[in-house]
Amino acid sequence: MMANYELNAKGLLCPMPVIKVQQKIQQLTKGDILTVYCTDPGTQHDLPAWCRVHGHTLLTLQQEQNEIKISLRVE
Amino acid sequence: MTTIQRKAVALISGGLDSMLATKVIQEQGIHVEGINFYTGFCVEGHTHAIRKHDADKVKRNNALWVAEQLGIKLHIIDIIEEYKNVVLNPKHGYGQFLNPCLDCKIFMVKKAKEWVDEQGFDFIITGEVIGQRPKSQRKVTMPIIASQSGAEDRLLRPLCAKNLPITLPEREGWVKRELLYDFSGRSRTPQISMAKNFGLNDFAQPAGGCCFLTNEHYSKKLSDLWQAKGKRDYEFDDIMLLKIGRHLRPKPNFKLIIGREEGENLFLEGYRKQFTHLKVISHMSPLVLLDGEPSAQDIELAAQITARYSQGKDSERVEVQITTQSGVSWVMPVVPLAVSEIPQTWYI
Repeated sequence: MMANYELNAKGLLCPMPVIKVQQKIQQLTKGDILTVYCTDPGTQHDLPAWCRVHGHTLLTLQQEQNEIKISLRVE
Repeated sequence: MTTIQRKAVALISGGLDSMLATKVIQEQGIHVEGINFYTGFCVEGHTHAIRKHDADKVKRNNALWVAEQLGIKLHIIDIIEEYKNVVLNPKHGYGQFLNPCLDCKIFMVKKAKEWVDEQGFDFIITGEVIGQRPKSQRKVTMPIIASQSGAEDRLLRPLCAKNLPITLPEREGWVKRELLYDFSGRSRTPQISMAKNFGLNDFAQPAGGCCFLTNEHYSKKLSDLWQAKGKRDYEFDDIMLLKIGRHLRPKPNFKLIIGREEGENLFLEGYRKQFTHLKVISHMSPLVLLDGEPSAQDIELAAQITARYSQGKDSERVEVQITTQSGVSWVMPVVPLAVSEIPQTWYI
């Protein structure tokens, strides 16, 4: 059954948020939703790119002040 | 008869050579995935992008971008802890600065070999070219990397393979040797030409600049860190902070890290709880972290230096707020130091 997960990657500089997402996703299954909270502006480019190369679906990307919230679905 | 789909892993740095090496092997029908190792010393566009004046630089991770262009998966692997031993105890020594390039390459190929064994891949490819780099990419170092990493003949360098002994993938017919290359030397012309032939027009050119350890200024700061610690060691935060701000050591027992602009100040804010920090409150000011064990007199000197880098540098007196790691805070009125009172030897 699909489940929602969260990951706090605030304060980490790229590529650490990508590495943390990669590690987290290894524990998840197809259909799970992962929401990642980051502060490095680079994640706005890197996490969508990482999703594209691994075939996961980027659901939303929102930026509010210095915080970035990215949701993706594990495929 | 079924043909087995052979699989290779490519060490992807984000530069042109590893991109081309991967492309050459993909063209031969091999399934390729990429590995990018994160040592903590990698020069990332994002680190630069902390600084506001670099805001127009592309904030992309070049390795990921290359993977996307090639249509391959990229596995970014954190080797920060294990890499310490490479930096602190390089068997083959350092290059021009604190760059242990040969040990680094051996270590990365060794890690790639472990990955290949775990994942059931067949061989490893790199974008190495004989003579391209003075320390690690020489004819004599190529077999050293292959043997000391344990990869042996499972390590293929497609761009210069014809100048090297035959490897397992060539011998087994998984790749055709005649379709590999014989590049050598420092010239980039063959690579640029090959990129054009592949239709690759946009690529990063790190040319040795992908690692902070090849940077003279950074290496000097790392040496200073070791001297101040009294031992050759570092934590992840240490090496991150060496990338940021202006570093001044007025006395052996403490140094200051001074944000150079808004982006760096924001980054340094994240370390406020780990360091005594100073900020001028009567004028616009950088955030200054104090690393070490200062006396009361040292704190006053640090406050005067902080004032020097604030908008109040020409004022007769400014107010500096000092906050310790435990959260104790007070305001100290000080006279900013004059430029002539800051000797060049303080700058690390």
